[in-house]
Parts: sequence; structure tokens; C-alpha cells
Amino acid sequence: MKILVAVKRVVDYAVKIRVKPDKTGVDTQNVKMSMNPFCEIALEEALRIKEAGFAKEVVAVSIGPSQCVDTLRTGLAMGADRAIHVEASSSFLPLSIAKILKSLADVENPGLIFLGKQAIDDDCNQTGQMVAALLGWPQATFASKVVLDKDKKFATVDREVDGGLETLSIDLPAVITTDLRLNQPRYATLPNIMKAKSKPIKKMTLEDLKVDIKSDIEIVEVTEPPKRKSGVIVSSVDELIDKLKNEAHVV
Amino acid sequence: ISTLILAEHESGSIKPQTVSTVVAANQLGESSSVSLLLAGSGSSLQEAASQAASCHPSVSEVLVADSDRFEYPLAEPWAKLVDFVRQQRGDYSHILASSSSFGKNILPRVAALLDVSPVTDVVKILGPNEFIRPIYAGNALCRVRYTGPGPCVLTIRTTSFPVTPVTESKKATISQIDLSNFKEEFVSRSRYVGQSTQDTERPDLGSARVVVTGGRALKSVENFKLIENLAEKLGGAVGATRAAVDAGYVPNDLQVGQTGKIVAPELYMAFGVSGAIQHLAGIKDSKVIVAVNKDADAPIFQVADYGLVGDLFEVIPELLEKLPEKK
Repeated sequence: MKILVAVKRVVDYAVKIRVKPDKTGVDTQNVKMSMNPFCEIALEEALRIKEAGFAKEVVAVSIGPSQCVDTLRTGLAMGADRAIHVEASSSFLPLSIAKILKSLADVENPGLIFLGKQAIDDDCNQTGQMVAALLGWPQATFASKVVLDKDKKFATVDREVDGGLETLSIDLPAVITTDLRLNQPRYATLPNIMKAKSKPIKKMTLEDLKVDIKSDIEIVEVTEPPKRKSGVIVSSVDELIDKLKNEAHVV
Repeated sequence: ISTLILAEHESGSIKPQTVSTVVAANQLGESSSVSLLLAGSGSSLQEAASQAASCHPSVSEVLVADSDRFEYPLAEPWAKLVDFVRQQRGDYSHILASSSSFGKNILPRVAALLDVSPVTDVVKILGPNEFIRPIYAGNALCRVRYTGPGPCVLTIRTTSFPVTPVTESKKATISQIDLSNFKEEFVSRSRYVGQSTQDTERPDLGSARVVVTGGRALKSVENFKLIENLAEKLGGAVGATRAAVDAGYVPNDLQVGQTGKIVAPELYMAFGVSGAIQHLAGIKDSKVIVAVNKDADAPIFQVADYGLVGDLFEVIPELLEKLPEKK
């Protein structure tokens, strides 16, 4: 079985973002970029499944500008066998990304597609669900545990839902999106980083995949959220209770 | 404007987040009709439907899809059902659900079936096709316009659309959806196995009036009882930071923040919470924020209405002793 993992290049999670003065978006010039943390978890899970003997090959895919190759190199250094880079504008909507992934899945025939549950830039939380719909495959979103049966016919997945955990059993091929507590992604070791340099990254274009890109959402403006003004520092529990009672009226 | 809302219900009653979604639907424009779609099976579904009919005066009709296939909220048949209802009942201009784990799971799948881009996590509605949604963990707000020809598919962040009590009572019509032509290619390809929920007497984190949260500074499961005791005293819910969850002090469904629950209570009390941006993104709509931390430089103090620099192990017992009993 082959596992396809979609990885997105995003502004590093530790960077404090700045909204551009012209309100067209968030400044990504000269900002540290990394693999989306949820995608790292997705890739880690695929690698563990391979290491447990359930998969033969892990293929990392990234869709976006040429710098996505860096993200793919990271994925290869973590342990992916090969990578595919689909050259595209970075402003594609999740629906278009889902169509590209669907088209790749038609070519690659993976038994599983792993994605992060959301990207930490646009926070959309849509792509996995949409790929599953387009392929007509079952989906298990927000996974915190994935167990494959020995014949690789189905996966038992714990999902993080409001108020607890839900367990589903889904037939393969299927789409799984990963939540934070599924695993702790590995760091790439230096020897593996060196080895990754010789692993293949295949370039593909939208024409190769025959995907029709649609843009039915327009970004009007991006602004900073209103700042909460900081309040007062109280000096004792008595003063705090007094404020909560007589000023804020909340207790 | 005609809106179809995919409703959530449990044990025979409609969930509060669905009522918030109705409130949001009302803001899409004048003369909007609102249809609530309830799927499920058996008597608890019918009970929920009759309650849904009078949950808000702007609900114009309640559609009921009663079948064993909808016993559990599996994304595959439910997404298909929304498309089926849309084809049967005429074109809706908008299809909505709340941004709960239920809505986030199903609605993007619906949108892909309809070949439209959804707008998820809407916090403000500016017009029938213009919305604001947070990006970068709430560190920026993105104003978007939907320009497609198909229905506009939205998930609604319910804490941004509070339900105000209404006195007017009105009962919407209830109709059963005829499912005889509902083809479902997913039968048994996706199966519900079970659910583990935290049984608790406390109010739900997402809708509680008071939330008391503990961070890693609590140091242990035993110490976290202090947070629980204080929540109990205030009639509130217990929350935790990601660090406290990762350290194993509490189960993960108590996590507050961008990757956990978004809360907007009247009173939010944070103990031993430093205030990582991910956490602040999940609490910034709270009415009053109280922070207690030993570190006077903790970022949480920059957003707190009332800060107290001190040791939580002294402050909480004193609060427990001196706070008035809940009403």
C-alpha cells in the first residue's frame, strides 16, 4: 500500500505575524516558513504505519510556489520515500487544492491519504473533507489514534469531537486528517537530511493534472483584530473579589 | 435569501449552537426563510424536531430525515443528505452549520459535492455574501466575499452569535423528508464504533457563563482539583491550556485555545497560564478576564481585565473561602 501525505508550507508557528499596511494580507516576506505542524503530524503517522509494515511507500505532496521544495526536502529528511511538487500560485482555495490532490490520487492510487486537519495560516479546516468527497472515499477527520487491520481493509480511528472521543471504522482507501495529539513528529537527523538530497522530487503542473481552478471567494481585506486593552493589577484577593462583585458584576 | 441549517441535536433536544446558527442566518439579510434539517432516527429525533420548531421565531420549517442510516453523524451519508434535500426542496441560497466538530466535519464535504468553496468559522456577517473570519489563530481577521453562483456554504463560530431570549412564540411546520430515492453508496463503508464522553455535572465549556482554567503551573492531576473546586463554587466549567493537557493533568476535550475550544464566557479566570497566542486566540471574546500568575511579565496580563501577581496555591484557597456562594 502507498500513502499520500499532503504538506503545506506556512509561516512558522512561532512567528508573530504582521498584517500588511495596505490590508491585502499578512506579510510573508523575509519571514521564517516551515511545514504546517498538523502536516508534520500527518507525515509522522504515515511513516509509522510504513515502519510497522503496513505500507510500502510514503509520498509527500506539496502544492504552491517553488519554495515548497524546501518543505518537501524536510519531509524527505523525515523519511518520505519521494515527493511531488505541484507548481501553483499560493492563493489557491482549499477546493482547488482538493481537486489537485484528487487528480494526483487518481494517478498514484494510494490506500490512504493523510492531511493535517487545518493549516495554521488560513485556519480553513476544509481540504481533507473535500478530497474525500471528490474521490467518493470515507473520511475520518481530527484523528488522535489510527489503527489499521492486518489485511489493510479498514482503519479504526479515534476522532477528537466536542465533548470527547468518537471511534469510527472506515474502509480503505480513505482520507484521514490529523489532530495534535495523534503523535509527536520526529526531527530529521543530519544523515537523513543528507540522504534526502538525493531522493526524487517530481515536478508537475496544473496542465499535467488537468485541474480546473476556480476562485469563487475574494479576499476583500485583512485587518488586525481589535486589541483588548489591558486592565488593572490588583494587589490582593480581597481587592479582586471586590472588583468582580462591584465593578464587573460577574460574581 | 433562503437558508438551510444542518441542525445538531442530542437526546431529544436541539443543541444551543444550532440556535446560534439560526441567529446568524437572520443576519444574512431581510426576508430570509430558515429551514432546519434534522437527521437521525426514532423517537428522540421526532422529539428534537418538535422542540426545534419553536426554538426561535425565525425558523420557518423543520425538515426531518428519519432513517437508521442517520443514527450516527457520519460525514458521508449526512453530506449526501444535505445535497439530496437541496435538490428536492429547491435551491437554497445559503447552507449553514455551526463550527462545531460536527459542522466542521460535514459541511466542507457538502461544499465539495456542490463544487463551491465554503467559508468556515464565520465570526461576523456583513451582507448576504460578505463575511469576516479569523486567520492565523485569530491574529488577523479576513474579510471575504463569496462570488460563486452556487449556494453559499458557511460554518458559524457560535460564540460570536449569542442567542438573546425571545418572548414571541411561534411554531414552525414540521415535514418529513421522503428518503425513498435517497441513494447511498457509502452504506457500511464508514461505521460508527463508539464514543467516550466525559460525564460531568458541570456546564459545557463552550457555553458556560464562567470558565476557570489551569495551566502547567498546577503541576499535577491532584492539584488540578483546586481548579475544579473553584469552578464548582462559581457554577462554571473547567478549562486547561495545551501544556496542561499534554502533561496529562486533564483530558484533551478541556483544552481552550485555537486548536481546542473557543470560549466567550462572562467571566474567564486563568491560573498559572502564561498566555501563549494560541491560548489567547481562544479566550479573547470573554467579557471579563482574570489572570493569576507568579510571573508579573506573563503575556496573559496584557489581555486581563484584572491581574493578580501571586502564587495560585495561596490565591485559589483564599478565593474558595471568600467568594460568595453561587446564586
